[in-house]
Amino acid sequence: MDALILSRLQFAVATYFHFLFVPLTLGLSILIAIMETIFVRTGDEEYRRMAKFWGKIFLINFAMGVVTGITLEFQFGTNWSRYSSYVGDIFGSLLAIEATVAFFLESTFIAVWALSWNRLSPKAHAVTIWLVAAASSLSAVWILIANAWMQHPVGYTIRNGRAELTDFFAVVTQSFAIHQIIHTLSAAYILSAFFVMGVSAYHLLKKQHTSFFGRSFRLALVMGLVFSIVEVVQGHMHGAEVARVQPTKLAAMESLWDTTAHAPQYLFLVPDEKNERNFIELGAIPGALSMLAYHDSSATVRGLKDFPRDERPPVTLSFISFRIMVGLGFLFLALMTVGWFLRNRLEEHPWYLKTMLYAIPLPYIAAQAGWTLAEVGRQPWVVYGVMKTSDAVSPIAVSQALVSLLAFVGVYSLLGAAALYLIIMHVRRGPESGQPA
Amino acid sequence: MLESIWFFLWGLLWAIYFMLDGFDLGLGTLMPFVARDDMEKRTVYRAMGPFWDGNEVWLITAGGVTFAAFPLAYAVMFSSLYSALMLLLFALIFRGVAMEFRGQIHHEKWKKVWDYSLTAGSFLAALLLGVAFANIFQGIPIDEKGVYQGSLITLLNPYGLLGGVLFVVMFALHGCIWLALKTEGPLHDRATTLASRLWTALLAAAVIFLAATWFATRLYDNYLENPLFFVVPILLIPIIAVSALVMTRVYISRTRWWEAWFASSLFIVGTTLFGVAGLYPHLLPSSINPAYSVTIHNAASSPLTLKIMLGVALTVIPVVIAYQAWVYHFFKDKIQPSDLAHDEGY
Repeated sequence: MDALILSRLQFAVATYFHFLFVPLTLGLSILIAIMETIFVRTGDEEYRRMAKFWGKIFLINFAMGVVTGITLEFQFGTNWSRYSSYVGDIFGSLLAIEATVAFFLESTFIAVWALSWNRLSPKAHAVTIWLVAAASSLSAVWILIANAWMQHPVGYTIRNGRAELTDFFAVVTQSFAIHQIIHTLSAAYILSAFFVMGVSAYHLLKKQHTSFFGRSFRLALVMGLVFSIVEVVQGHMHGAEVARVQPTKLAAMESLWDTTAHAPQYLFLVPDEKNERNFIELGAIPGALSMLAYHDSSATVRGLKDFPRDERPPVTLSFISFRIMVGLGFLFLALMTVGWFLRNRLEEHPWYLKTMLYAIPLPYIAAQAGWTLAEVGRQPWVVYGVMKTSDAVSPIAVSQALVSLLAFVGVYSLLGAAALYLIIMHVRRGPESGQPA
Repeated sequence: MLESIWFFLWGLLWAIYFMLDGFDLGLGTLMPFVARDDMEKRTVYRAMGPFWDGNEVWLITAGGVTFAAFPLAYAVMFSSLYSALMLLLFALIFRGVAMEFRGQIHHEKWKKVWDYSLTAGSFLAALLLGVAFANIFQGIPIDEKGVYQGSLITLLNPYGLLGGVLFVVMFALHGCIWLALKTEGPLHDRATTLASRLWTALLAAAVIFLAATWFATRLYDNYLENPLFFVVPILLIPIIAVSALVMTRVYISRTRWWEAWFASSLFIVGTTLFGVAGLYPHLLPSSINPAYSVTIHNAASSPLTLKIMLGVALTVIPVVIAYQAWVYHFFKDKIQPSDLAHDEGY
């Protein structure tokens, strides 16, 4: 165990945990904003109660997202100081802009929203949640621009012994960033839809608050269906972009060892990382990988052996997380499509409601798998082709990194359990009665 | 020039963070001493509730700006202060979660856990911020490669701890005044009594800290050596910080709480800027050899980044200040029982 591996583990723990809470806040804030807007438009009290009920879950999530988010920012300095001083000129400014233009807005108005139900006019109150929703997604946009720069650095030059910004516009508008933004935001919206649909299914199965949860379900369904379609279509384009700019990640996620023209896609494959081959390759679809990666079935796809051993990412982990993400992505589209056809007679199909209830964890798994692919597949680079992860770590003592890692695991487990307990309790209790507060 | 502007903005952002989150942290520290029953505790939570989240973003921004404008300073500062910052992080995590989780379950033990979290987290955060900044003023043992040659214990030297005490007392008074202006009845009366005592304690802490600063740091040398900074402190120290401290006392006696809070705010900003101006152009002086110090010259980002960031800061920060000021105005009234009648009102 050295400070490098401990810092990597700590970053993984902190990021996975942070991203258990963030995606739900991204999508749920929009759904709540829509509910409140419908209330303002129609005066139907039930939509106001919906906004309140889902809002409480949002607040618990938001608090967890905030406190765990600070950890991530701090860690760049504490554990990755060489990274920070080498790329801070570009990466640091993106984080600072995120805090200034988005996070302030979100954090300031969420408190106003939570505490002013009786003090603001319904219209003004709805505006505050729209500000929160917009700021949340805007915040994600800036963070993803920063991450995209680590995946595909552009607009910089190496000068004065570090990476310096030369073209800010190129950094914020590069296609990799746009792909990541669409991909990650869609994932968050799908996750939120599943959450709302699953919780609603729980109550619909018990035949309680049927109007309340039927409406919630259908509202979320629209979001879930739209973004499941977006995700599948754009996910393919995202993959092609990875093939173009991160050939080692593509080769790892497909476990392709030899550079191949007419590269096939296998229906079943088991990587054998140690011997640089695959244990099993079954059901080849000729040219399919070349087609998917380059839209040309005869295109040459570069294999891992084309790259030095010390520039290849872990293959098995990239390969598996990619398949989990894609498989679940298609499943989500299928479940949403079924939901669309059953939307007006949900109670007649308890099997579907039950499926949706138990499907709540799936988009969480898909999102974590997606980030695993994005980050593990980028290795051994922290900034692709520019800086290796092993050169990025701080000159800190092993004991420091070990103690803090253990503390994170302990504290996060406790807080995670408390948050989960609160959310489940709130879900079970259901919405408050119809009397105005 | 750009570096100097950013140095000043960097100091200002930290000062604003201390001024705003200072009253939350102080109030969290004070809670067991002022609030007797559940209703009073809820009132204390409610006094911070609408603000703490937005206040904490100033920390994230101050950190982010350190990262963006002076990457090397961010790297050396955060990795050198590793253990202290991890503790600060956990303190802030517990403080923040306590705010949102306490009111969710009406069970005595549950509430007690979060009350302890709030107080311990707030106290520890205030202490650590003070320890960290005092150590920065004093200089920390960093070698020519920017590698820290010390431990957590190195930071807990007498001057560092004195800084910690100063911050705890300064924030406690700030929070106490806030409580007085947000409440009525017994809670208000207790806050009033406590405010006078805390002011005396703060005066003592400030005088000792200033005296210790003469011996432990080179801040005064900087004032004396640099003609520009010889003039500025004459404005900065006596007129802003000292008179703010005096005016805090005056307004406390006259029970003019908003004025007292503004004076206390000004004292916090003045104190921070006093230290920061004394550091200039250092961001992180090395106590091993002054030549190893991290300064605005060896740590600054490229001119392009500094310009872009300046553009963002000058256009967006005033907007942030405007809407946060609106929120403070919106929640300016004293807390009424009706505010606490609903669940979401803590």
